[in-house]
Amino acid sequence: MKLTLHIWRQKNASSPGKMVRYETDANEHMSFLEMLDVLNEGLIAKGEEPVAFDHDCREGICGSCGFVINGVAHGPLPSTTVCQLHMRHFKDGDELYLEPWRAAAFPVIKDLVVDRSAFDRIIAAGGYISVSTGSAVDANALPVRKKDSDMAMDAAQCIGCGACVAACPNASASLFLSAKMSHLGLLPQGQPERMERALNMVAAANEGLFGSCTNIGECEAVCPKGIRLEFIARMNRDFLKAAWTFRQERVESD
Amino acid sequence: MKLDARIPSGPIEKKWEKCRFDMKLVNPANKRKFSVIVVGTGLAGGSAAATMGELGYNVKAFCFQDSPRRAHSIAAQGGINAAKNYQNDGDSIYRLFYDTVKGGDFRAREANVYRLAEISVNIIDQCVAQGVPFAREYGGLLANRSFGGAQVSRTFYARGQTGQQLLLGCYQALERQVQAGRVTMYARHEMLELIVIGGKARGIVTRNLVTGKIESHIADAVVLATGGYGNVFYLSTNAKGSNTTAIWRAHRKGALFANPCFTQIHPTCIPVSGDYQSKLTLMSESLRNDGRIWVPVQKGDKRKPSQIPEGERDYYLERRYPSFGNLVPRDVASRAAKGACDEGRGVGETGLGVYLDFGDAIRRLGKGVVAERYGNLFEMYERITGEDPYTVPMRIFPAIHYTMGGLWVDYRLMSTIPGLFVIGEANFSDHGANRLGASALMQGLADGYFVLPYTIGDYLANTKLDMVDASHAEARQAEADANGQVKKLLGIGGKRTVDSFHREMGKMMWDECGMSRNAKGLEKAIGRIAELEQEFWKNVTVTGAGEELNQSLEKAGRLADFFELAQLMCRDAKERNESCGGHFREEFQTPEGEAMRNDDDYCYAAAWEYKGPGKKHELHREALSFEYVHLAQRSYK
Ligand SMILES: Cc1cc2nc3c(=O)[nH]c(=O)nc-3n(C[C@H](O)[C@H](O)[C@H](O)COP(=O)(O)OP(=O)(O)OC[C@H]3O[C@@H](n4cnc5c(N)ncnc54)[C@H](O)[C@@H]3O)c2cc1C
Ligand code: FES
Repeated sequence: MKLTLHIWRQKNASSPGKMVRYETDANEHMSFLEMLDVLNEGLIAKGEEPVAFDHDCREGICGSCGFVINGVAHGPLPSTTVCQLHMRHFKDGDELYLEPWRAAAFPVIKDLVVDRSAFDRIIAAGGYISVSTGSAVDANALPVRKKDSDMAMDAAQCIGCGACVAACPNASASLFLSAKMSHLGLLPQGQPERMERALNMVAAANEGLFGSCTNIGECEAVCPKGIRLEFIARMNRDFLKAAWTFRQERVESD
Repeated sequence: MKLDARIPSGPIEKKWEKCRFDMKLVNPANKRKFSVIVVGTGLAGGSAAATMGELGYNVKAFCFQDSPRRAHSIAAQGGINAAKNYQNDGDSIYRLFYDTVKGGDFRAREANVYRLAEISVNIIDQCVAQGVPFAREYGGLLANRSFGGAQVSRTFYARGQTGQQLLLGCYQALERQVQAGRVTMYARHEMLELIVIGGKARGIVTRNLVTGKIESHIADAVVLATGGYGNVFYLSTNAKGSNTTAIWRAHRKGALFANPCFTQIHPTCIPVSGDYQSKLTLMSESLRNDGRIWVPVQKGDKRKPSQIPEGERDYYLERRYPSFGNLVPRDVASRAAKGACDEGRGVGETGLGVYLDFGDAIRRLGKGVVAERYGNLFEMYERITGEDPYTVPMRIFPAIHYTMGGLWVDYRLMSTIPGLFVIGEANFSDHGANRLGASALMQGLADGYFVLPYTIGDYLANTKLDMVDASHAEARQAEADANGQVKKLLGIGGKRTVDSFHREMGKMMWDECGMSRNAKGLEKAIGRIAELEQEFWKNVTVTGAGEELNQSLEKAGRLADFFELAQLMCRDAKERNESCGGHFREEFQTPEGEAMRNDDDYCYAAAWEYKGPGKKHELHREALSFEYVHLAQRSYK
């Protein structure tokens, strides 16, 4: 199949970028990234610079890849990262517009590559259970209801790709935040720090230039791992409770 | 050079305890005076960096991805072994040890393997405490599944995303230390050289992949946790960025490289579909719990699988290995699949595939149960192939998956360069000639959480370390070398792309040094790879500049090292005149076509010493002795 691609080309963070048009060939068995590999091989052969894009596992699990195809983060197929998107979902003559994630929190580094380190800073702020190596009890000493464990796993599947932020008109990181808070908050091990976690992670997101959530739901629609909006509701409950308790405790200790 | 593995004396179940007791401790207040570099933040490096941060060391950690959470470990699907015996099915530390030594076809060090089995139980405890959502039974306790090479159910898993969940646990522990100021994280940095000062590893040279800046980092010890080198074959199940550069550069500086030819070929991957293909996708081994592998009895049978009646199907693993059936170890399953295809009984368009059929499992358990166990793998399969494995059997074929070889380390995980430690897939230590499923995650975390943090302390406490900084002549030289290589690659201005070279070399490696090998083919491959390498240095084209994000330049640097490694792998394979585990030399097989070991002449780890550019490597041997698991031909019949 023949495709026309319009790809965002930007040399580095400080240069302006622009859309550039390319014609390329593809076949239906290729993945989307393999289609770009072929395009890049052609560009290099002509002495032009290949299109930069992040990728590593190409199995939809590392969260490295991701860009916007015709206005949709990760492209048209639901629950699928671009590395797992195959060309059989496109047809001859299609015209595709590829752009990097757009969000103040994710500055462009080059072409389709953005800086998502703000996500790491959110996790550093509290996205963990504080248990140093060696201090754990026997794993079966702590039974966990299967239902809770399964739901924690649903939330824990987030791959941190950033599609939710890119799709949100407010560039909110709420789906990402809530996935981690729900994962840990649903488990007994996660209870002691649950409130601090909520406060600290939300504060880090605010510092990271992410917007706030107004329940639009675009994030859920593009999430390649099917992380659900209900996790945001859980997060909000935790956050409100935490903010209230925290204030209470401060009053009491004054 | 004499290789001293420093294996503690005493009975095997007391060795690790004795070693820990004999080791000198660093007083807590002194720990912050020591700095440690950890290259790689997958399961091995991430857990090591986090734990050393917790202990109070100053840690600098590096990875080439944009976040430590993306290391290749994230892709592990099936699970992690531990000798918990929660299923009460007769498992024990000793049995896990026994299975692993036997599975590795008697080419691993007994003492290391025992320690691994011993520590396996602590790993599960640690991970659960961190919130890793392992699968559970209705009563709330942990669930297990079976993996190849074992007759007990000891594999812990988190759906088909075990590596992801373990890595996230480890990444979160690491980020906690980043927040605490104990670990400084350098993402999008690639190590290009090792700095050796006064015979000790004292730092690394990195390239900042965003700005292109090349700089030195100095520390008291260096840990390499940079994963495996399966991408030497171009097509593998590894992530695209997985590479050998860090360990190869250390090898060139004096670290011996052990058993480079021991490569694992995984039997259940999605077959290749075209020449644009960029990687191969694994279908977890756990699928062999319930899926049955078969090919048509008749050669060239082109009927649809549903039209082939039961009596005309050959469930060849169940037929040949009745006691392990579909759960034989990976090397055995891979070779059997190749055998069936070589006989002309392969399926699919290319004839390079066998069926993995869930029809029986769905009839027996119901679609719901099968979906719960393997749903995400089935989805992945369908996404890639466009076929629904609930109704049409999967087509699978073996692919390069894991490298048992790596830098030689002693019992304390130190390489032949003092102060250079190597952990996880990057070392050669625990799996011998074949790794059993679900044991790489176990090894990475054992090394990182529970072994290295102790042994490195002993090194630091016992070693006199001079004050050095990045202005030292050795550091400057290493920086100049790294800069020189970047300039050289950018200046060639040839006509062929990096990938075209890599594909060509990978194909040669797969043909001659892949699932089966012979002396003639290996000799041929060495010559052809050397020629291709020469062409590479004259005719590769790398676009762009050094002072920017330049993905072609990154790939070119990695390929340059793969060229050298590939030749050593072929040489190692040629030197080893026996078949063992994943190393199958056609000249050495039993009449039934099983691998034939030669314990009289080859019961050793081959450790290769670099002698300089263009010079032949020198072979050193670490003799292996088996006091507990007695040398015997592996049998899975
Ligand atoms: C698809 C797949 C499925 C698997 N499933 C299982 C399973 O179910 N069970 C099991 O036990 N094992 C499994 N394995 C094997 C297992 O995942 C790996 O062996 C293991 O995760 C390796 O961990 P590691 O920490 O050693 O290295 P990796 O996770 O590969 O990490 C390497 C790290 O080094 C960094 N790095 C590399 N080179 C450089 C450099 N030059 N400079 C700076 N940083 C560098 C990378 O950025 C990364 O952080 C699987 C492997 C694959 C490919
Ligand atoms: S490349 Fe890993 S998720 Fe797409």
